Formats: sequence, structure tokens, C-alpha cells
Amino acid sequence: MILKYLNRKEWALIAVMAAFVSLQVWMDLEIPGYMSEITVLLGSGGSVEEIMGEGIGMILCSLGSVVCSLCAGGVAAYVAAGFAKTIRRKQFQQVQSFSPGEMGRFNTYSLITRSTNDITQVQMAVARTSQLVVKVPVMTYIALDKIAAGSWEWTSVTAIGILAIIIVQSFMLFYVIPRYRKVQKFTDSMNRVVRESMAGVRVIRAFNAESYQNRKADVANDELTENNLFASRLLAFTRPFNGVVQNMLTVIIYWLGATMIMAAASPEESLHTFSNMVVFSSYVLYVVSAFILLAHIAMGLPRAIVSAHRIEEILETEPSIVDGAGAEAEYTDVHISFRGVSFAYEGNNANTLSDIDLDIMRGETVGIIGQTGSGKTTLVNLIPRLFDATSGNITVNGADIRGYRLVDLRSRLGYATQKPVIFSGTLRYNITYGSEDRSDEEAFRAAEIAKLDKYLEENDGLDTVIQQKGANLSGGQKQRISIARVVCRKPEVYIFDDTFSALDFRTDVEVRKALRRETTGSTTIIVSQRIGTIMDADRIVVLSEGRIIDTGTHDELLSSCAMYREMYESQMSEVTSA
Amino acid sequence: MMGSSKKSKPENMGEAWMNILRYIKRYRYVFVIAVILSAIGSMLSLVGPYYLSDMTDAIEDGIHGNMDLDLIWGLAVTLLTIYAFSGIIQFVDNYLMATVSQRSAQMFRRDVSRKMDRIPVSYFDRSSKGDVMSRVTNDIDTLGTSMNQCIGSIVTALTTLFGSFIMMTFMNIHLTLLCICIAIVGFVVIKVVAKHTQRYFRSQQKNLGAMNGLVEEQYSGHMIVSSFGGQEDALKRFETINDELSVTSFRSQFLGSISTHLNGLISNVGYVLVCVTGAMMYIRGDISFGIIVAFMIYVKLFTGSFTQISSAVVSMQSVAAAAERVFVFLDYDEMSVRESTVEPATVTGRVEFKDVRFGYDEGKEIIHGFSAVVEPGQKVAIVGPTGAGKTTMMNLLMRFYDVDSGDITIDGISINDIDRSDIRSMFGMVLQDTWMLEGTLRENLVFNREGITDDDLDKVCYEVGLHHYITSLPDGYDTMMDDEDSLSVGQKQQITIARARIGKPSMIILDEATSSVDTLTEMEVQKAMDRMMEGRTSFVIAHRLSTILDADMILVMDHGDIVETGTHTELMERNGFYRNLFNSQFETTSEN
Repeated sequence: MILKYLNRKEWALIAVMAAFVSLQVWMDLEIPGYMSEITVLLGSGGSVEEIMGEGIGMILCSLGSVVCSLCAGGVAAYVAAGFAKTIRRKQFQQVQSFSPGEMGRFNTYSLITRSTNDITQVQMAVARTSQLVVKVPVMTYIALDKIAAGSWEWTSVTAIGILAIIIVQSFMLFYVIPRYRKVQKFTDSMNRVVRESMAGVRVIRAFNAESYQNRKADVANDELTENNLFASRLLAFTRPFNGVVQNMLTVIIYWLGATMIMAAASPEESLHTFSNMVVFSSYVLYVVSAFILLAHIAMGLPRAIVSAHRIEEILETEPSIVDGAGAEAEYTDVHISFRGVSFAYEGNNANTLSDIDLDIMRGETVGIIGQTGSGKTTLVNLIPRLFDATSGNITVNGADIRGYRLVDLRSRLGYATQKPVIFSGTLRYNITYGSEDRSDEEAFRAAEIAKLDKYLEENDGLDTVIQQKGANLSGGQKQRISIARVVCRKPEVYIFDDTFSALDFRTDVEVRKALRRETTGSTTIIVSQRIGTIMDADRIVVLSEGRIIDTGTHDELLSSCAMYREMYESQMSEVTSA
Repeated sequence: MMGSSKKSKPENMGEAWMNILRYIKRYRYVFVIAVILSAIGSMLSLVGPYYLSDMTDAIEDGIHGNMDLDLIWGLAVTLLTIYAFSGIIQFVDNYLMATVSQRSAQMFRRDVSRKMDRIPVSYFDRSSKGDVMSRVTNDIDTLGTSMNQCIGSIVTALTTLFGSFIMMTFMNIHLTLLCICIAIVGFVVIKVVAKHTQRYFRSQQKNLGAMNGLVEEQYSGHMIVSSFGGQEDALKRFETINDELSVTSFRSQFLGSISTHLNGLISNVGYVLVCVTGAMMYIRGDISFGIIVAFMIYVKLFTGSFTQISSAVVSMQSVAAAAERVFVFLDYDEMSVRESTVEPATVTGRVEFKDVRFGYDEGKEIIHGFSAVVEPGQKVAIVGPTGAGKTTMMNLLMRFYDVDSGDITIDGISINDIDRSDIRSMFGMVLQDTWMLEGTLRENLVFNREGITDDDLDKVCYEVGLHHYITSLPDGYDTMMDDEDSLSVGQKQQITIARARIGKPSMIILDEATSSVDTLTEMEVQKAMDRMMEGRTSFVIAHRLSTILDADMILVMDHGDIVETGTHTELMERNGFYRNLFNSQFETTSEN
């Protein structure tokens, strides 16, 4: 259970809350006692002062009850907020430790919901339900205790009433809860279809597929409505039913009371029975409402339990990629080496990479080229251990990468991913990300190399504010920021994964020229589809369907590798045919 | 709740409700019956305490010796009948209300999704998806769940308020005044408290939003965060928001509970006051004991109905606000519908642009009187730098947007006189947009067409170079394509091309169909596309100029203008914009 994440202090607070709740219930139930006293006083001709005395006691109890319930509510809200904070933090850290593999398994959208909405659900449940969980048994216990003092006729009538309510409520829960699950499911699919129809409005209209989409929406809509109807029609029955039972119990208790008073031996006994009758009927209302509250818990909890499970699922997922023991790096000539490396994504039959053997020398620039889906990105993802190879091993500086602590390994690398990642904040924040100790001069120089200097001038320099996801930037600007970030890091190994694709031809060339000067002597890996981008690399690796089919310089490959030549010709044809 | 920071107050509550009532006119009678029933139901529950009071008095008389069991039995039977009857009425009422509101929500959802088909594409280009989403989901949910509740509770509360007032004055005027005072004081106290707690709810919303933003950014940038060791920094940012959120969520939860507790307190204080005052009056002989018992119930009902009305008004406001947002969408100007005069299948594909003028925003014309004639079977290329407005021409041709003046004709018929769906069925198109359905690969390829066999799919997928990818999938064509990130943009484009390849259109539109596919794959795909364009009028937008050298007509666009028109050779000879564009490509590649 998720409750294991509550700490000792929180459990102590929960105990305090339970005490407040019990006190509150006790005071609530004292009130009818005063009422009984007042009744007796009235019947036996007590003075106004005596009645006032009882009345003040009653008001004090009632005030005390409110104070207690406020305290209980406050403590519960406090515990819930603290608990939510703790699990939200745990979950966030857990997700941080995930590899892209785990991220993909849950998918980002669902992870976001789990970190926000689901936690709120659990928090609400803790704040509200925890009070009810204490309240209902205490209420039932005290009220039953009081009722037991009444006559057996009253008690058995009450028992029948409660039994009826229990049966009806459980019947309802049994049928309604699964319906609500379905409602949630179909709400999701309704939303999905609408989101899809909006995103694809042009394609849908171009294919005249409006009715195709509408059919899908209608299925979700109809199912959603039917399940909602079923649930709300059932609820339409239970609510009046509870009221009727409560009211009828009162009437029957009064009727029984009348016959008992008839049978009473003395006027004192009659009066006593009469006041008992009034008090007893108030207690009955309490007990009955306790059982109705119980049904409320049962209605609210399933949703929170589903949320709790979703949170636990994350907390209990072991990150597949964990720190090594902390290997010592040596200064080897071979900087990075792949030995018999194969890789398959989880759930896929076929290997994405097969039998990769590759040595990258210190200071060498290696280009990796291949068709869409040939495994280029997967290959470079293995170096920072975003994924671990399925078989074979990879070494950096002579040591297996699984032996390094992740931070040590990754601090040696500067990886610019295919899809640039931009954070909200300033441009400085984005460029010095991962190398926060760099001076403004260094950050500016990095920006210059990435040809961002003009953008900096036109805006507020390094203080330019970047919106979330870089909404105020073009695709090319985003790529250049991610290049500047890598440059600013001054890593041992540069990895560029198709980072130049959104740049226009001229900027592409300028950025690469500046980069080449900057990275001289550093090991550099460049992934690309464009021959132009990698043709002057020291060595080019040609990947096809997950295998290295050839390596060599541009000129060597032109003569030795048919596929490379074909690619070259297809790309150069744009030029030669002019 | 993730609750949006949407306005909860309507512009015009009365009008919004009138609109709702007009909208649900199919259920008008059911609705009226339900309202009447809930009035009757609550009146019956008011009569209860009155008879209970009589019954108590009769029993109390019995203490002093003359118990009239027949009278008591009679009263008990009356009461039981009343309660049973009111229970049945409430049930029928709830049942009808639930039906009306769920069916209306269904109708709303259906109409909104139909409406989406009839409003122009420009609406979706301009407004945020989140906004439309929240209209379709949250707002309609609000309508569905709160409409019956708030109508039901306002009717009940009003009936209870007036009914109990009448019953109380009928029984005892002094105790009635006492009840009124209690109710008013309680009401004012709750209003004051609610007003003060409002700002904590707002800051709670703000912090939730901030948390959402941070988590989204960190999770979607996860690769970079872990590669660059940004976890600690992220955690620091996270802690700040998490601490704030924890404080505000405690406050808003706690303060929110105060008003509920106050309700209980007011009802209890009222109860005690009634007992004590009643007792004193009883001693003086002003009232009977039964009246105290009755008032003990009435004071609860009376103070309760006050708070019930104020909360019902709040939810009526939020229903009205939600309804307004939905109606704004439902009333949005629709595209005009024309009877078609052409048979799409027989179109030869002669397209003529006659002095076409167009601008997305009024007063900002971006196509200034374009004219051209495209003969059947010709290949037309549209080139130009990014943002030159190439896609605009496609938008006009497909009637995603309508021309401001001038005309476009297909086989001599103005496209304004052809139904949109007919125009679209004339074209096979591959859009820049690599939109994917959330479904299986098969659903993505077949889409809305019928009678497509696996053999057809195999053939097409082979042509566009997808066969290797498909064999690596665990379930082949039936693999779910739910994780967007598992496909590269290039693969999505291949799927999009395959989708268009299935089908037999008269004309073809290719809008940057292969921009993210590598050149070798592009060559493969190009063959499939050439076969598709054979003998068909086709419009091609491309940034790799090599693919359009053989076009019959090249339209060169810049800054929304068509600056040059002609064949490749003509344009090269002209030594203008096109030649520059072409050479810039030549220059940069040769530098490497």
C-alpha cells in the first residue's frame, strides 16, 4: 500500500486526528443526552434555570464538536499535504532515475498525469477519507452503545433498518463502481478522438473521413452515456431510499414507544420511556448516517486507489540503468570501443543493432550515415547509457561503461539530440545547462560558435527569456541552442545526432566550420543523413538495417561501398543535373 | 482536481439558461414534470414533521394517562404513507433528471463533434487545441453532472424554504423568527468566510499549474536532463514549487472545510436554541412538546435550505458559464454547403486559377491576383523559401480556405460550386503534417477506406520502403501505434505516403512529402510517387529541387507572392529568384 510512505510523525498526527474525531463524535452524541435531560425536566416541572443549565451544556458540546472537527480537518489536511509532497518528490526523483526505456514504457503524457492529477486524488482521499475512516466506526460504536441501553424492540427495529440500508448500499456499490470505471475509460477515449480529430483536421477532411472519426466518437459517447445513465439511475434510487428508511425508523420507534408507555407501571417510568424515545430516535439517525457515510467512502475510494496504484507502479519500477561501482578511466588511444554489440528494443522481435564492432580513436571525427531506421540514433544512445546493449560491451577510456558512475560517464560526453530540448528560463540557463559554472564570456562564445550571436544581439542577449518548450523559437534556433549547450560543456566527446537538419544550407556550413575549429583534437561523432555533413570526417561508418556495412574515408567509401556511392550520387544529383 | 483557471461566472446567466432550455426542448415535458415532482417531494417531506409533532403530542398526553392508541396508529400510518410516497416521488424525479441531463450531455457531445466537421479549418489554426478540448470535455461534463443537481436542488431548496416558513409560522411565530435569525446570521458568516478563502484557491490553482509545467518540461526533456546531469538543478526547482504547493493545498483544503463545518455548527446551534427556547415556552405553557420536536426538524431544514440555495446558485452560474462556452462553439459560423454538379470520378483535371486573391487576415493580402492554367496530366511544382506561402495555394485548392476574390475552376467548374467533400475526393494528398491516428498500423494505412486486403497493403508498403520496418513489429499491421516517439519523422512520412497511395484519385497533391526521409529512401519512395502521378494532374511542393526538375510548370513563391512562373529551363534562363535559389543549394553543398 502507498500508505507505507507515511512517516512516524505523520502517523502520530493521524492518531491526534483520530482523537479529535472521536472527541467530536462523543460530543455530538452527548447532545441528545442533554435533550433527554431537558425533556425530563420539562415533564417533572423543572425550573427555567435548570433547563438553561442543560441548554448551555448542549451549546458548549456543540461548539466543542465544531472546534474538534475543525482541528481534525486541519490535521488531516496537514498530513495529506505533507504526504502528497513526500510522494510527489519521491516520484519525481524516481522518474529522474529512469532511462528512456522506462520513460517510453509509461509514456510521457501518463507520467505527467501520475505526477499531478493522481497525487491530487490521493491527497484528497487522505484528507477526507482518513477522517471518515475513524469517524464511522467511532460513531457506530458509541451510538450502538447508547442504543443498546434502549428496549429490545427499538434495537431490533433499528437493526432491521440498518440491515436494509447495508444491503441496498452494497448492492449499489457492487453495480455502480464498475460503471464508474467504464465511464472513466470512455471519457478518455472520447477525449482522445476529439484531440485526434483536431490535430488531424486537414488530413481527415482531405480523406473525407469525417464520418469515420464521428463513428469512433459516437461509440465512445454512447458507451459513456449508457454507463453514466445506469450509475446515476441507481443513485437516483438509493438516496431517497436512505431518507425513507431514516424517517420510517423514527415513526416506528415512536409507535413502539407509545405502546411501551401504555404498558408502563408508573408516570415516572412513562416519562423516562418518553425521554428515552426522543433521544433514541436521534441516535438512530446517527447510526444510519454513519452507514451512509461508509458508502460515501466506498464510492470515493476506488478512484483514489486506482491513482495510488498508478503512483506505486512508478515508485516500484526498478530503473534498468543504474550506477556502476565507479571505474577508473585510463588515457587510452582507443577512446570509445564497441565489441559485438547488439540491441533490441523491449518487445521488438528484430534487433535494431546487430554485431557492432567499432573503435573510435582519441581525437578522431567519426561520421555515421545510413537510411531512415538504420539504427544511427540507437547506436549513439548506447554511449551515454540511455539504453544498455542487449549483448556485447562498450568501453570508454578502456573501462566498460557499465562500471562508471552515470554522472562520471555522462560528464565526459556532450550529446546534442535529434529533437532539441529547450527549457523555459533564460538563454543563459539553456546554454550553460549542465555546465553552470561557465562565465558569461564562455557562454557567449558558445553562442557565437552556434551562430546565435545575431539572435542574442537582436534580443536581450543571454538574458533573453525562453518560453516553455521554446515556443518563441524557430526549429533552427532550437537546434543552434542545443549545439551551443554542447560547446559550452567542453566535453571529451562530442555527439551530434542530426543536429543540423533544420538549419538552412548557409547557416549549416557556417556552424560546422566554427565547430570544426572548436572541436579540433576532441573526439567527435556526427550522425547524419546528408553526405555533405559528414564527408570530411576522419572516418565514416555506413549503417544499414542495424549493421555496419562499411567504414572508411569519403574517398575510400566512394570506391568500396555501393550503398554509400548511391547515396552520394542521389544527393549530388541535385547539383550535377544543373 | 486539475481544474482550469477558467472563468466560473457567466456573462449573462439568464440568457445562458434560456439557451439550455431551448436546446433540450426535446425533453421539455420530462423536464417540467421533474421540476413539479421535486416541488411535491420536498413539500411532502415538510408535512412529515407536522404529523410527527401531532404524534409526539398524542404520546405525551399518554404519559398522563389517556393514551389514544388509535389516533397514534392513524398518525403513524399517515406518516409512513407520506414518507413512502415522497420517497417514490423523489426516486422518479431523480431518475427523470438523471436521464434528461445525461441525454443532453450526450446530445451536446454529439453536436460538438459534428460541428467540428462544419467549421472552417481556420478556426483550428487560430484557436488553441486545449481550449476546444476543454469545451468538449470539461464544459459538457459540467453540464451533464451539475445541470440536474442544481435544478433539482434549487427547486427543493426554494420549496423547503417557503414551505417550512409557512409550516413554522402556522405552528409558532416566535420560534419561526428565531429560526430566521439563525439562518440569516449563519448565511452571512458563511459568505464572509467563503470570500476570504477564495484567494487561497486561486494560489492553489496557480501552483498546480506551475507544477504541471515543470513536470512536463522535465519529463519531455528527460534525455537531455539525464545526459547533462541536470537532475539536481531540476530537483531544486521542483522542491521550491512542491513546498509552495504543499502549503497552499493545505490551506485551501482546510479553509474549504471550514464552511462545511460551519453549516454543521449553525444547524446545531439552531437545534439547541430551539430546544432551550422551546423548553422555556413549554414551561410557560405557550406551546406543546410536539411543537418543539417539529421545530427541531424545521430549523435544520430551514437553515439547510439557505446554504443549499447559495451553493445551487454557484453551480447554476458555473453551468451557465460552461453552457456559454459550448454555445459559442456551436454557434460558430459554418462553411457554406453547395449542391455539387460534378462527378468526382470523371474529372479530367484541368485546373485554372483566375486572378486569385487571398489573405489569412483581413487587409493583409498575401496572394495578389494569381492566374494560371494547368492542363490535365501536368505536373506543377511550387517552390520557395520556408514561410513563402506555398501551403496557402494548397489550402485554397482543397478549399480549406476560400479565395477572397477571383476563382479557381476544375474542368471549368468553379470550386465554389462543388461540394467540399467532392473536391477532396478528387485529390490524393500527402501533407507535410505527419498526423497519425491512435490505433493500429493497419488503421493508419487503411483509414476510412473499405475493402483493402493485406496483399494491397504489402504491395504499397513495399513500394514506399516500409516492409523492413513492418517485419520487425511484434504484431505486424496490427501493432498499436500509440507511442508517437517510437517512430522517426521519416517513418511517419512513409506511412503517410502509403496512406495516400491506397486509393484512386484524379489529381495528386504532395506537400513536402519526403522532407524528412533520407535521400536513398526518397529515391525508392519517389518511384512510388511517380507512378501515382502518372497521367494525373499533380501539385508538388518540395524543398529538394532535384525532384521537380521535370515539372511542366514551376511556381516560385517568396513572401507570399508568386514571383516567377515557368519551366525549369525557362526559369534558369531568366536568371532571377529561382536561379538564385537553385544555385544557393549548389554553392553550399559544393563547399563541403
